Formats: sequence, structure tokens, C-alpha cells
Amino acid sequence: MKLDSGLENSSSIFLGGCSGLEADFSAPPSFDLPITNDFDGWQKKSVQMVKPARGTTTLAFIFKEGVIVAADSRASMGGYISSQSVKKIIEINPYMLGTMAGGAADCQFWHRNLGVKCRLHELANKRRISVTGASKLLANILYSYRGMGLSVGTMIAGWDEKGPGLYYVDSEGGRLKGTRFSVGSGSPYAYGVLDNGYKFDMSIPEAAELGRRAIYHATFRDAASGGVASVYYVGPDGWKKMSGDDVGDLHYSYYPVVPSVVEQEMTEVPVA
Amino acid sequence: MSFRIFEYNGSAIVAMVGKNCFAIASDRRLGVQLQTIGTDFQKIFKIHDKLYVGLAGLATDAQTLHQRLVFRHKLYQLREERDMKPETFASLVSAILYEKRFGPYFTQPVIAGLGEDDQPFICTMDSIGAKELAKDFVVAGTASESLYGACESMYKPDMEPEELFETISQALQASVDRDCLSGWGGHVLLVTPTEVRESTLKGRMD
Repeated sequence: MKLDSGLENSSSIFLGGCSGLEADFSAPPSFDLPITNDFDGWQKKSVQMVKPARGTTTLAFIFKEGVIVAADSRASMGGYISSQSVKKIIEINPYMLGTMAGGAADCQFWHRNLGVKCRLHELANKRRISVTGASKLLANILYSYRGMGLSVGTMIAGWDEKGPGLYYVDSEGGRLKGTRFSVGSGSPYAYGVLDNGYKFDMSIPEAAELGRRAIYHATFRDAASGGVASVYYVGPDGWKKMSGDDVGDLHYSYYPVVPSVVEQEMTEVPVA
Repeated sequence: MSFRIFEYNGSAIVAMVGKNCFAIASDRRLGVQLQTIGTDFQKIFKIHDKLYVGLAGLATDAQTLHQRLVFRHKLYQLREERDMKPETFASLVSAILYEKRFGPYFTQPVIAGLGEDDQPFICTMDSIGAKELAKDFVVAGTASESLYGACESMYKPDMEPEELFETISQALQASVDRDCLSGWGGHVLLVTPTEVRESTLKGRMD
């Protein structure tokens, strides 16, 4: 049974009519390929050019009340910190969030693109897309560009008709369903805290604190992660931002400095 | 990508001259590339009461070089029965580094001291001993670019010890906050003819 066939009809009207509006938004966009004899060499160079936001820590996990999504906010280019205030949690719609790790432009563009597709699905089917469906839309697009240098490591988290949903999707074509993920250079450290503190039966504040702590510990150990630890919660009523703490301040609230006169003595050089 | 040995451990070192005094400061991080191993690592070493050397670059070479410098200074003290002048010490460091011209210590030293008549002396070097003397400030390490920027805009000639301490601390913190591989607290030494003030700075731990 078809719920609504309006979309097909309206698009056929546009085809003959107004120019500029005939773009088919539901089809994946296509890009021109470069005119070069050495495609691999060209690609290697261009991937290096667009790879600023490499170091990152992002995590998401499902628990009793819903999903927690958390991330740091640093963007670095080699050793240089290019920004301490990047939004790495992307709001796809009021019930779904995506996280950003890898190429900043690739993540931003394809998440926005996913948002468009999800909205279109909503209009065509008169119901919101499932997290499963949305993550598969993204995974299929990324797979179609496999080997062309896209750099995306993302988690799609949200609440749909079946309850909380969480998928890991990357530019290599992988798509994994799970209850606990962390992505980025700081992920080993975040996993350490997350795996240690995780229980399914947690309250929302407990879960949000676990997410925040995992990000904080990752920013401490991982030089390429830092800035602000943001935590989002997705429940039956959509997502809500729980906290956004500067980890510079967070460190001293977790570990207050015990005042001492001299913390470190210089080693004495005894004169003969 | 090639293996960048000077950026293996990460560091930020700066020295500044004030009025009849100087300050030398460093960060406290020891890392292995992106992984932070320690946050209380010593990078500034005392040679004698009025002479200090900061060693940026590969930590293992910095420690080895420091041991050799202490050894050579001890021999000098035994033979000459006095402490080395900063200028002399700089030449010694330079000579020791050039000995290893074709297999250098991967470290960039910063030398700061009070010489005769308590005149401040600061200088830096590359890993094979090319001296670079300066009248105002010298920098070294993975945060050197941002340190140049911070020092260039914050430095004033003939600062009193209190203002010099504030300036070098602010310059260090501002710089390491733009560098992934250094930071995690700071360490400042303020040296005047009569006293040495040693401080540990709180900083961003990310």
C-alpha cells in the first residue's frame, strides 16, 4: 500500500516547468572527476588538503532511558590547533543526531545531505525515518564513493518507533549496529572510561556524566582532542543538550589542585 | 609522511630578558606523538645558580645532553675554580652539538643566565650548534611559531621581575593553547641577582 504518491506527481510537473527547480533532491549528488592521467597521485594530494579535523573524540551509547551522544570540540591541522569550538554533534532532525570525525567538510556535507533525505522521507511517508533507515541511506552513499578519498567516521543516534537506535557508519563502507561506540583518535581513552562505568540501568544524569567524563579523559590523554565536552541526550521526546563544559575548567573541578609551596625541586648540582 | 623526530615528544620553551633579570619557562608535557605520557616533565635544567638551560626536542637526547653538560661544567669548575660565564657555556654547548654534526642530538637548547655585573644573557641554538643570540627573547619547541607571535606582541624592554614573570607566563600559556603537542601546565624560573623564583603554572590540561 502506498501512503502518499504526491512526490512522484509533483516532480514530473517540475520537469517541464520552472528551470532551476528541476534538481532531483532524492538522488545522491554527483561530482565531476578530475582530468588527469595520475588519478591516485592527484587524489592523495587532494585528500591531504582537505583533512584538517583528524583528531577527535566522539562517543555514543544506548541505556535504559535513551541514547547519550558526546564529543569534544577541537580541530587541528598537524600540531596546530585551528579551533577549540567546533560543533561535532550535528542535529539531523529533532529526533536524530550525527557525530563528526574525519574530514570536517565531508562530515558536514553528507550529514546535511542526510538531513534533506530524512525530511523528504518524512514528507513522502508521513512518518519519521527510522535510525536504521537513515544510517543505511548514509552508508549506501558513502559506499558509492568508496576509494575516492572521502574521510567520514560517524555515529547516527536517535529515537524512532522502535525506541533508541545507534549505528556506526564510516567512509570505508562499514555500518554497525550497537549499544556503545566511540570514534576518533581519542576513542581508546574514551572506551576505557565508558566500558568501565557503563551500566544499562542508569539514570539520565548518571549517563550524561559518564559521557562527559569519558570525553574529558580522552581530551587529557589525546593531544588532538580538547576544547569543550558537549553531551546530548536523545529520548522519546527528541534530543536535548545536557551540558557543554570547557575541559580546561573541568579538569580542576574533577581534580582540584592541593596547594603546596614547591611542587618540584630542581635537581641540585653539588659543587665539587 | 616522514617521521618528524623533533615533534615526537612535544615541548615549548621560552626565555625573556628584563631589567637586570631574566626568566625562562617551559611546558610540562611528555608525550609520544599524540599520546600524553606525563604532565610533570622537567625541561629546564640548572647549570649553576645564575645559569639555566632549557632543552626542547627529543626528550631522550635532551636528558643525555643535559648529563653531558653538567659533566663538562663540573670539570670546568674543578679546573678553573669558578662558575662558567653564560657566553662561555653557550660556546661549550655549541661545540658539543657540532661534535655530532652528522648524527645530531635532536634537541634545540635555550640558554639563559646572568653574566658579569649581572647582565642577562639569552641564546638559542639549532641541533648542530648554530648560536642565535637575542637581546629580547628566544623560543624553542613545537609551539615555537605561536611563541614568536605571543612574545612579539607582549614583550617590552626593561621589565621589572614581577612584570617579566607575568609576561612570560601569559605568553607561554597563550602559545601552548594553540599547540597540540605541548602544554599540560607550565614551569617558570625568574632569576634576579639576589634570588631565584621557581613557579609551577596551572594550565589547560587538554
